Amino acid sequence: MNIFNIIDEIEKVDPEITERLNPRRAAIKNITSFGSKVAVAALPFALGTMLKRAYGAASTTDVVGVLNFALTLEYLEAAFYNQGFASTGLIPSGNSDYIGVIRRDENAHVKFLQNVITSLNATPVQASTYDFTGGNNKGNGPFKDVFTNYATFLAVAQVFEDTGVRAYKGQAPVLLGNQTVLTAALSIHAVEARHASAIRKLRRDLNQAPNNKPYIVSSASLGNDTGLSLVDANYAGEENVTQGGVNLVTALNVSTEAASAAFDEPLTKDQVTSLVVGSFIVQ
Amino acid sequence: MARRSFLRYAGAGAAAVAVLGATACHKDRVMVDPVNGTDIGSGDIGILNYAYALEQLEAAFYTQVVATPYSGITNLELTYMTDIRDHEVIHREFFKAALGTSAIKQLTPDFSKINFSSRDNVLATAKAFEDLGVQAYDGAGYLIQSATYLTIAGKIVSVEARHAALIANLINGGSFVSSDQVDANGLNGSKAIADVLPIANAFLKTKVSASSFNYTI
Repeated sequence: MNIFNIIDEIEKVDPEITERLNPRRAAIKNITSFGSKVAVAALPFALGTMLKRAYGAASTTDVVGVLNFALTLEYLEAAFYNQGFASTGLIPSGNSDYIGVIRRDENAHVKFLQNVITSLNATPVQASTYDFTGGNNKGNGPFKDVFTNYATFLAVAQVFEDTGVRAYKGQAPVLLGNQTVLTAALSIHAVEARHASAIRKLRRDLNQAPNNKPYIVSSASLGNDTGLSLVDANYAGEENVTQGGVNLVTALNVSTEAASAAFDEPLTKDQVTSLVVGSFIVQ
Repeated sequence: MARRSFLRYAGAGAAAVAVLGATACHKDRVMVDPVNGTDIGSGDIGILNYAYALEQLEAAFYTQVVATPYSGITNLELTYMTDIRDHEVIHREFFKAALGTSAIKQLTPDFSKINFSSRDNVLATAKAFEDLGVQAYDGAGYLIQSATYLTIAGKIVSVEARHAALIANLINGGSFVSSDQVDANGLNGSKAIADVLPIANAFLKTKVSASSFNYTI
């Protein structure tokens, strides 16, 4: 097997193969030394890895799937803050800038994701109908006073932001190696975490949640640190203290609280869907 | 995709070889200058060492902040600083354990320009470190080849972003997504390794290079 024959064959159907492997054509000669060092038996595996990276780990369909999932959540968040600002007397004037920048970011995320999806020649999903009481369009869910009671509004905001952080984190592996889309997703992820931190601090400062920290501080048995047992599922797994096979509590002799707070945990797409569809997103 | 460095593929090759038990390729070896510097190495080991270097810097900083709190620190602020110190120490020790013999050496910080008795100076430095950390993780994420490591980096970067927002809010309430960090699309900034390390090195006696990622000293 000769690696150059394979590349020559691919070049017949994809003239850009060399460019895909490296923008500087001269560097392709590095494959010579690379190939010579790899055992013949290992070549198909090594080459497959190389080509997978050249063409991207995920198909465009997978990437668009992640982006539309993200857009679904950003619609939810943007609609939540937009409706909050439309509710007269809900947000105290002293907090309107603080909440206003979060609203601004969520609406910007919607536009940005729509543009990215369109630029990939795909179709952005449409916004849904929302019931922020969590009542699936009945308006009588567990958060009935979400737009009349500021404390409820901020509690729901905290849950949305923390859950959003977990949702983006769970999708990162699908975007492995995709410089443009992964970097954008991580950049939105970081902004959601900034929002979560800020909402948590605000709730503490307003004495609505006097023990709240800007980070999620789980106990050994309960991920949820919000004091709202209704949202236990949104925090399920945050109590994890084992990273990369290392139990941090025993290996480093640190507290469960510190070890769990030092790492945020991901949620799968299915987990997130079950948390928001049929309650906040009307089904 | 075509713009990515060939070094990535070299790194991928090394990983594949390692999985298959061959021995000829040593692309992930850590190169160390024994005098006053250290190089993070290449491939995923390089990225993990990069994170380890930044976490060492942050952990050393907050350890000092907690040991010699600034004038007028409130109980709540001291609690926050202690929490952040604990998180950064855990991050540091996690990377040290994960890297094992591939880990770069312990870095010696240079905090001579920081006035630890000044709230303004300590919080400004904390903001610089946290913002830098978030931008560093976001900028290096696409270089990570292992889904497992990418997920772990994701678990850490959101905690760094929570810290960054907290520090910003302590400096100026409501500044947690200010325009120096978040653009008009609502995206946090990100920085390349070659742009992050010079900033970190200004606070390190042990200089960190990344010869496989376009940054030499």
